[in-house]
Amino acid sequence: MKKIQKWMGVALAAALSVTALTGCSQQAKTSGTVAADGSTSMEKVIGALGEAFQNENSGVTFTYNPTGSGSGIQAVQEGRCDIGLSSRDLKDEEKASGLTATVLALDGIAVIVHPDNPVSDLDVDAIARLYTGEITNWKDVGGNDASVVLIGREAGSGTRDGFESITGTAEQCQYRQELTSAGDVVTAVSQNPDAIGYASLSNLSDSVKALSVEGAAPSEETVKDGSYPIQRPFVLVTKTDAPLSGAAQAFFDFATSADAAPLIAKAGAVAVH
Amino acid sequence: MRKRQQLGETVIHGIFLLLGLITVGCVLLITVYLVLSGIPAIRRIGLFDFLLGDTWASTAASPSFGILPFILTSVYGTAGAILFGVPVGFLTAVYLAKLAPPRVKAVAEGAVSLLAGVPSVVYGLVGMLVLAPGVRKLFHVPDGSSLLSAIVVLAVMILPSIIKVSVTALEAVPPEYEDASLALGAAPVETYFRVSVPAARSGIAAAVVLGVGRAIGEAMAVMMVSGNVPNMPSLFQSVRFLTTAVASEMAYSSGLQRQALFSIALVLYLFVLLINAALNFFLKRDKEG
Repeated sequence: MKKIQKWMGVALAAALSVTALTGCSQQAKTSGTVAADGSTSMEKVIGALGEAFQNENSGVTFTYNPTGSGSGIQAVQEGRCDIGLSSRDLKDEEKASGLTATVLALDGIAVIVHPDNPVSDLDVDAIARLYTGEITNWKDVGGNDASVVLIGREAGSGTRDGFESITGTAEQCQYRQELTSAGDVVTAVSQNPDAIGYASLSNLSDSVKALSVEGAAPSEETVKDGSYPIQRPFVLVTKTDAPLSGAAQAFFDFATSADAAPLIAKAGAVAVH
Repeated sequence: MRKRQQLGETVIHGIFLLLGLITVGCVLLITVYLVLSGIPAIRRIGLFDFLLGDTWASTAASPSFGILPFILTSVYGTAGAILFGVPVGFLTAVYLAKLAPPRVKAVAEGAVSLLAGVPSVVYGLVGMLVLAPGVRKLFHVPDGSSLLSAIVVLAVMILPSIIKVSVTALEAVPPEYEDASLALGAAPVETYFRVSVPAARSGIAAAVVLGVGRAIGEAMAVMMVSGNVPNMPSLFQSVRFLTTAVASEMAYSSGLQRQALFSIALVLYLFVLLINAALNFFLKRDKEG
């Protein structure tokens, strides 16, 4: 335990010297490191933003650690990173522990089926009843006479949390498969004509068919104007009472500026700023 | 002069000791860390509820942490892999060690080595794209990601360890045994199964145990083909192994859930320790016998 404390001391000293350095050079040019940690669903968005930011500020090193929303939030809390990334809103207890959430973008969660599936539109209620096992045959929602294979994400995934909270199916989903990445979900659905799954808008590919929900096909426009109902926020998490380092603050300002919007759009999410 | 030499020897001894201790230190560190981080959750959940509970709902509002489904799945999955993998691996080993022409043997052994080198994510991917849809069509089940798919993948994955260790054991049988048997008029195949195999039996047993170890510790490949839902195991049902239980939830876990994942890792570690103890037992007997 003593050893850990010693190491933390060293790390703290290093971090302090970095902030001291950035403090001096702030007027001239931003430099230092920006460490982001969190949601795997935000990988494309944050990757694009980080790259653009690094190109504009040659002195800055931007790192992103794709660990998941929960880990990212924990990392900010423990001071292991500058900005946490969460693909869900902060829980009340997380806000109470001194964290601030800034919505960066919106992400539509597409409900996907095999391209051969005749079903092309469902409402949220039907999706919920499919996932809770109330409807077990595709013919009950206008499809073939075949049993429904429910594919989802693992417990704790931001996409699963988003999907289940929007459809009101938390803790009731009768999954046939729980996969650990959006890519796996898309692959699994593309391999089974009776499967249904969900994934971020940015993870869609031609190998699966995205259902329209209550008449609205999942797209940037329908997410932004709110007509597509299954959507969730991409959130930047920071400490409420501790100021960001110079470089991290510069990145934060950049990410929430209008300049970043086209980059976010290119990465498949919908910018809100 | 002699003193200097002695000093040199001592220094080199010290360096070797240090390097050797690194390995031991790693094992000790992992063991201590696993025990320390695995115990708290077990104490909070209760040993019986943890090991014998049949419901795993780690993120529910009132969470339950029963890992019996994972334990049984790991045991069944490994047993199934052994059931399929051992006969194939054992007979392949007998063929390669005793019957195969040198050229065939060279090619086949190369293939076996290659099979050992295939990354497990590749097994998983092929399983996901070929095996699971195949199982689905063949058995007319709604979805092919199941215990059966995982067993098939594991059976293929343990083949290299079983074949290689068995071949080594069979080749180490003194040729005099076989010559004596042949001279007494036994047919070659009779000789191999009645003389060579019994003589190499502890080595073959070690090969099987090694296969068990590989199968029970595999995570990536089975995660991609087993469906990953914490059900009680059944052949065509989506299941979750001990390894995949840790791997699939670790990234997003927090609080008691994370501690419980460490406890699962501890249980898995104890399983592997048991298997290693069995392996040592067989190898020791081999040396003595």
